[in-house]
Amino acid sequence: MKFKINNRFKAVLGCLLAVGLLFSTPSFALQQDSLAQDSTVTAVVDSSASAVVDSAAAPTTDATTVATGSTATSASSSSATVEPVKQIDPQVYKDLTYYVLLFLIICTIVAVIGKVLSVYELTRKMNGRYNPFSNNKFQGSLFIIFLVAFLAFVYYGYAVWGSWAWRDAATEHGKSVDTMFIITTVIITVVLVLVHILLLSFPYIYRMRANTKAFYYPHNDTIEKIWTIVPAVVLTVLVLFGFFTWRSITNVPEDLQKSAIQVEVMGEQFQWQVRYPGNDGVIGKRNYKLTTPTNSYGIDFNDQSSWDDIQASDIVIPVNKSVRFHIISKDIIHSFYIPDFRVQMNAVPGMTNYFQFTPTVTTEEMRERMNDPKYDFIMLCNKICGSGHFNMQKKVVVVTEAEYKEWLSTQNKYFTEDLQKEFAGLEVQESSQLASASLN
Amino acid sequence: MSSTVISHGAAHHDAHNHHHETFLTKYIFSQDHKMIAKQFLITGIVMAVFAMVLSILFRIQLAWPDKDFPILEVFLGKWAEGGRMKPEFFLSLVTIHGTMMVFFVLTAGLSGTFSNLLIPYQLGARDMASPFMNMLSYWLFFTACVIMVASFFVESGPASAGWTIYPPLSAVPTSIAGSGLGMTLWLISMTLFIASQVMGGVNYISTVLNMRTKGMDLWKMPLTIWAFFLTAIVGLLSFPVLVSAVVLLFFDRSVGTSFYLSDLVVQGQILPNEGGSPILFQHLFWFLGHPEVYIVVMPALGLTSEVISTNSRKPIFGYHAMVYSLVGITVLSFIVWGHHMFVTGMNPFLGGVFMITTLIIAVPSAVKAFNYIATLWRGNIRFTPAMMFAIGMVSFFVSGGLTGLYLGNAALDINLHDTYFVVAHFHLVMGSASIFGMLCGVYHWYPKMFGRMMDTKLGYLHFWLTFIGAYLVFFPMHFMGIDGVPRRYYSFTAFPFMEKWVSVNLLITWAAIVAGLAQVAFLWNFFSSIWKGKKAPQNPWGSNTLEWTTPVEHIHGNWPGEIPTVYRWPYDYSKPGHDSDFIPQNVPHSETMSSNMAHDFEGNEDAIRIQNEWNKANNRETIEE
Repeated sequence: MKFKINNRFKAVLGCLLAVGLLFSTPSFALQQDSLAQDSTVTAVVDSSASAVVDSAAAPTTDATTVATGSTATSASSSSATVEPVKQIDPQVYKDLTYYVLLFLIICTIVAVIGKVLSVYELTRKMNGRYNPFSNNKFQGSLFIIFLVAFLAFVYYGYAVWGSWAWRDAATEHGKSVDTMFIITTVIITVVLVLVHILLLSFPYIYRMRANTKAFYYPHNDTIEKIWTIVPAVVLTVLVLFGFFTWRSITNVPEDLQKSAIQVEVMGEQFQWQVRYPGNDGVIGKRNYKLTTPTNSYGIDFNDQSSWDDIQASDIVIPVNKSVRFHIISKDIIHSFYIPDFRVQMNAVPGMTNYFQFTPTVTTEEMRERMNDPKYDFIMLCNKICGSGHFNMQKKVVVVTEAEYKEWLSTQNKYFTEDLQKEFAGLEVQESSQLASASLN
Repeated sequence: MSSTVISHGAAHHDAHNHHHETFLTKYIFSQDHKMIAKQFLITGIVMAVFAMVLSILFRIQLAWPDKDFPILEVFLGKWAEGGRMKPEFFLSLVTIHGTMMVFFVLTAGLSGTFSNLLIPYQLGARDMASPFMNMLSYWLFFTACVIMVASFFVESGPASAGWTIYPPLSAVPTSIAGSGLGMTLWLISMTLFIASQVMGGVNYISTVLNMRTKGMDLWKMPLTIWAFFLTAIVGLLSFPVLVSAVVLLFFDRSVGTSFYLSDLVVQGQILPNEGGSPILFQHLFWFLGHPEVYIVVMPALGLTSEVISTNSRKPIFGYHAMVYSLVGITVLSFIVWGHHMFVTGMNPFLGGVFMITTLIIAVPSAVKAFNYIATLWRGNIRFTPAMMFAIGMVSFFVSGGLTGLYLGNAALDINLHDTYFVVAHFHLVMGSASIFGMLCGVYHWYPKMFGRMMDTKLGYLHFWLTFIGAYLVFFPMHFMGIDGVPRRYYSFTAFPFMEKWVSVNLLITWAAIVAGLAQVAFLWNFFSSIWKGKKAPQNPWGSNTLEWTTPVEHIHGNWPGEIPTVYRWPYDYSKPGHDSDFIPQNVPHSETMSSNMAHDFEGNEDAIRIQNEWNKANNRETIEE
């Protein structure tokens, strides 16, 4: 008897749920809403037929009364209702209710299926035809299906997303990085596939059946030695290869460091500044304490080599020339990252980091290669730095040497006339101070 | 109270009516390891759900960067004005998601739960070495959780400098709103959390070393205990370093010191700090941070070992190799932290050294993965939900671990550092793998914790949706990373080359939503089974370890009579010659004459003589010494 009552209760609940879902279907609720918009806000509640929608709309009325009363009561869940303009559309609540009900319906369906399955199992048991191992076979087969799907997914990923993601490096060192990347990819793909074939097919092959027994096999030292030594050897090869590549990228001989084109980039929230050394080839000193609104870079103009330093809006570098970037930061840590060049180095306040590389492809060539006339190399910030982090970029243009020289000659200097005047004024002040000091 | 239990004789313990437990001492300030384990687990689950909801929120932002979701404004107020999330709040979400998942769920929720539950049970101890400290450990953890959640109710918002909280971003409140009070709360919460972990760790280590039952020598310990023991050592040695990092950061923020700060002009304002180095913080942070990922994954490996062996009805393959590889991981985990800092401006030569140590640590990990597969080979596999999760764990551990070969390689890391490739890598190898290890533990030891069984069908549903969902979420991220898409980007709309990934983001977000909703199956299963589950038998899985010799009803002191003595290793499954397919650890060899093998006697001549006499009488081959 109790069982029956319980069932009826569930049936009623289910029906209510279904009705509620119907009423809060976005299209249906939208109609109601447009009707209700003619009348007053409270009518929204009155006109809704279903009890479920009622309860959902209730908080809405709360919110709106608070808003119309223009009292900033914190009773409403949204702080945006302080201004009447920013009211939340009642539709929002209805949509939410709809999705919640939809989820509950799915849960109910899952529960019903579960019940059906257990009833089925019980009848099988009563008829004496229940096979306690059938589930093992079922789950084991699912593992096999998963294995096939997994391998297909990996293949799809490599073929489609892989081709989206892969662009050959446009720098000299990038080529050796790419070679290593591909070797590593081949190795790990083989291991990934083999391990998964074994891992996901063994459960099916060795599933528990009637009269099966496991093979008591606690250890085999030879096999264990093999699979310790083989990965170790493979890793040693990768490590050595990687180590020497890494050294060749980061450990540039001193004469090459000096002969390279020097460029300084400075990260700040949320932009990059670029400084070329000018004719003397030396980047002038910077002292963060000298930062002023006019001299936002903080360049120390007492250092004469800073007078001809060039300001640029983009990073422009000549192809096939070694460029040494001095990477600094004005405020917090940023990261100087050019994916196409396989270049990355953090910009850390209080220290200078370096990255030297040689681009091998001009922007024009890259555009042809990509078949995209708008393609640009891009330098982006790759270290979390605040709200504008996701849009802190600088265009990188690789040109021929002639174009580079021409471009460089058209750029402005950091030491603008305003700054020169300011600086001269300061010097006069200082010298007069000195003069008066010596007089005293 | 409970500390006296240990000194009580076992016989004395039978009449334990002198323990008057009130609601407060039984459920709240309990000093009983079983109750504390449940407290850790439920708190961990609550935190996991919270952190998961945060992740779904920021996934929604990534999938539909140009769409308004007015409902977000209802819940988030000014953080999502007009239904669109603010970039700073997005960063808060990823920060708190990471912090909660790594520390509260996968550290405290995982090793807190199962170390507390299984160390006394599997070693044959009546409780932990210091039950009071154990209780304190939980309550510090709980306070830390409350403070972290509370930071959402702060005007300037929760911490938003990433879970790695690199200064100066985390140190200078003018650089980001979250570095105000929210960051202070983060630091306080983390300090409390570390205190909790240290107390827990001391307790675990001393219990394992001192309180093993008779016969339980180190080489008879289940792999779970080895894993918890080594995890506790790693935690104890590395967590205090994070305290020092956090305290110095606190000084920089509040007292005006310059440990991490130098040469800063933030928002046009020249700061007075001089002489510090942000790199110092990174060294201190990753000195914990890297061992931390092993703190997260080693208990999962331990649980998985136990579950795979039990449900394959087969001894774990290469028990000694498993232990040595855990030891190897423990030692190596302390000398690899620099691989997080290849491109931070650390001396490049040092980077090269760290790269070598990093790739060495892949060897013990590979051994473990192969040994799991060898354990499955010719097993007699039973598909309990716990077993499914254990297999899933191995799959994630392999898929995620392999990509470590790229990231550990300094030259390749140049291009992959801080991209989605890293996100994919660690979410698979330590996120998904550890969560699966934890879930496998929950399904397996639920009968021990609550005396009832969980529903298996819901377990299967939960497993398949989560397993498929996790791969759909994390696998595509590798390719985004290879393309150079940085992590922690609020939207992909600012760069033309990222636009193609928006479609992939849609797939990821939908997979995340479905997998997230699938957790409802688990939550329902977990909480309803506490009251409504089928009553559990004493040893539902036919397992060998000692916890299954305790009565189903929890009693104070675990065993009603004497603590059982241990005679054999925990993996005598399907031993030839024995009538059932398992022999619990507390069964003496004299009762299993038909299945004893030479190595069981460890060179004990008397035992071998007796065995040979028996063998002769029963027409069996004699054992060679």
